[in-house]
Amino acid sequence: MDLLIQVDDLVKVYSLGEVEVQALRGVSLSIQHGEFVAIMGASGSGKSTFMNILGFLDQPTSGQYLLEGINGENLSRDELAEIRNRKIGFVFQGFNLLSRTAAIENVELPLIYAGASASKRKEMAEKALSAVRLKGREHHHPNQLSGGEQQRVAIARALVNEPSILLADEPTGNLDTKTSEEIMRIFQRLNQELKITIIMITHESDIASFSKRIILFRDGKVVEDRNNSRQALAVRERENQ
Amino acid sequence: MTRLLASFRIALRALMVNKMRSTLTMLGIIIGVGAVIAMVAVGSGAKKQIAEQIASMGSNMLIVLSGSSTSGGLRFGSGTVPTLTADDAKAMLSEIPSIKHVAPSLSGVAQVVFGNQNWSTIVNGTTPEILEIRDWPLSSGRPFTQPDIDGATKVCLLGKTIVDILFGGIDPIDQVIRIKNVPFTVIGVLAPKGQSTRGQDQDDTIIIPLTTAQKRLFGMQFPGMVRMMLVQARGPEVMQEVENQMNDLLRQRHRIQPNQDNDFTVRNLTEIMSTAEQSARVMSLLLGAIASISLIVGGIGIMNIMLVSVTERTREIGIRMAVGAKGRDILLQFLIESLVLSLIGGTVGIGIGVAGTLVLSSFTQWPILFSINAILLAFLFSGSVGVFFGFYPARKASMLNPIEALRYE
Repeated sequence: MDLLIQVDDLVKVYSLGEVEVQALRGVSLSIQHGEFVAIMGASGSGKSTFMNILGFLDQPTSGQYLLEGINGENLSRDELAEIRNRKIGFVFQGFNLLSRTAAIENVELPLIYAGASASKRKEMAEKALSAVRLKGREHHHPNQLSGGEQQRVAIARALVNEPSILLADEPTGNLDTKTSEEIMRIFQRLNQELKITIIMITHESDIASFSKRIILFRDGKVVEDRNNSRQALAVRERENQ
Repeated sequence: MTRLLASFRIALRALMVNKMRSTLTMLGIIIGVGAVIAMVAVGSGAKKQIAEQIASMGSNMLIVLSGSSTSGGLRFGSGTVPTLTADDAKAMLSEIPSIKHVAPSLSGVAQVVFGNQNWSTIVNGTTPEILEIRDWPLSSGRPFTQPDIDGATKVCLLGKTIVDILFGGIDPIDQVIRIKNVPFTVIGVLAPKGQSTRGQDQDDTIIIPLTTAQKRLFGMQFPGMVRMMLVQARGPEVMQEVENQMNDLLRQRHRIQPNQDNDFTVRNLTEIMSTAEQSARVMSLLLGAIASISLIVGGIGIMNIMLVSVTERTREIGIRMAVGAKGRDILLQFLIESLVLSLIGGTVGIGIGVAGTLVLSSFTQWPILFSINAILLAFLFSGSVGVFFGFYPARKASMLNPIEALRYE
């Protein structure tokens, strides 16, 4: 496996007026291609800040972050947007779909900003929607879809540009247990069959247990980083069969 | 290109979502553009009417009036002493090349009689050139000619009002009317000219040969003299030159010493025309200014709604930025939205402006004149209002921080 993400001594300080909040206090880790990582931690542990930096939505105060060797440090807003467009797929807790816009057009959104032609957009969006088993629902609007289906549209949107990583911020936070499990199965399948690297924030250990590696954040630091043995076991079992 | 097209579709969709709001926002532009179209149409209609009225007086025309007289301390106005002669007119025509026509004239008020009808009118003794200078065609009959002048024949041309009053339905040609009891044969009828700029009925007149007027009607005291001359210059650019040359020539012919005043007066009709045109221009300018203000108010309406729209759609902007929209994609999206808003408003405004003006003129009988330029200008102006007032909200949207925008509730 080759290196996808390299993080060295990442520090992020927010200044809220006169008060300085240290969201990250020196985080170092590396993630390989094809991993499925769950980042856990209580609220305020810095996991969302970490995710924003990984997603090139935010810049660290100090330290270095490399994604496939790309350093976002001195890049302009537009250059960061282009990296997000080509390398990163986001899945949010609140789905963040455009309302009054058909599922397929939501999925096409990143391709519009990549400058793809209409026919290419349609082809790729259909492919992404069938990868999340939503074929036939392309022209439904978000308010005609269930929560699980909306999240699957969001996953399709994150996948459509064939990004290097899929970043999911509490992807099951707004879903019931059964649907959450459904989404996690999709993540597992995408990870195992399509070799997509997934980094997911969650505070539920049930959800985290679907991943192969769990990283625990506390007070802006990594306090635990372990392979998920149960999951690793399951994978090994499947490989043995 | 693909991105631009996509931006257009996004903008149209966003406007369709809030149909009522979009329509109300457009209303400002619609009223503004409609007002511009209507005001300009009415303004240029008035201007055209004034120009036509002035043209009916004769183009490039100068008037030379004979001098004033003083009698026992009582001063009479211009033209009371006939210092000009028909020879002055001939000399001017031959010595000043920029003069196209000269029509010396001796006129007065006289009672005219036909059958059992009579009427008091202005009888103008002049030369055939008057018809050229005043651009006054005949509606029937023939004009009088140089032989009529030379022979002082008793023929006359009637204005339309005279024909209506004296003849009723009868064809006046070859009939004989009596002017100051002198019989005249009617040889032609002048085409109707309507009111002058001062409201006088220009058709209430009779034209006879100058010599006839001098010898038979008004010329008893001052034989060979005329009261005024109508002079037509060859073009508007030589008006001043002609005026100066006439002054010099007439001073010389009348043997006026350098320190003496003129015994004649020259009036330049272009001055009257430019005054009238200027007032029409001021009027259009004022109307245009009022209309522009309403366009600007409409633009502020657009800006207001776009600002609300940007705030409302902060989350959408955040999503777009997260999936890779650059600042200029967002800027373009909102700019196109306000441009589409204002251009649709502009198009509808042109329709309503044209229709409204037509309705207005059919009720009020005001003259109107649509100019393609004004319509194009209004359309372009509404577009630039859209860009101008849409830019600030669009820029604000494009500068949003994606993290905060995504978190916005």
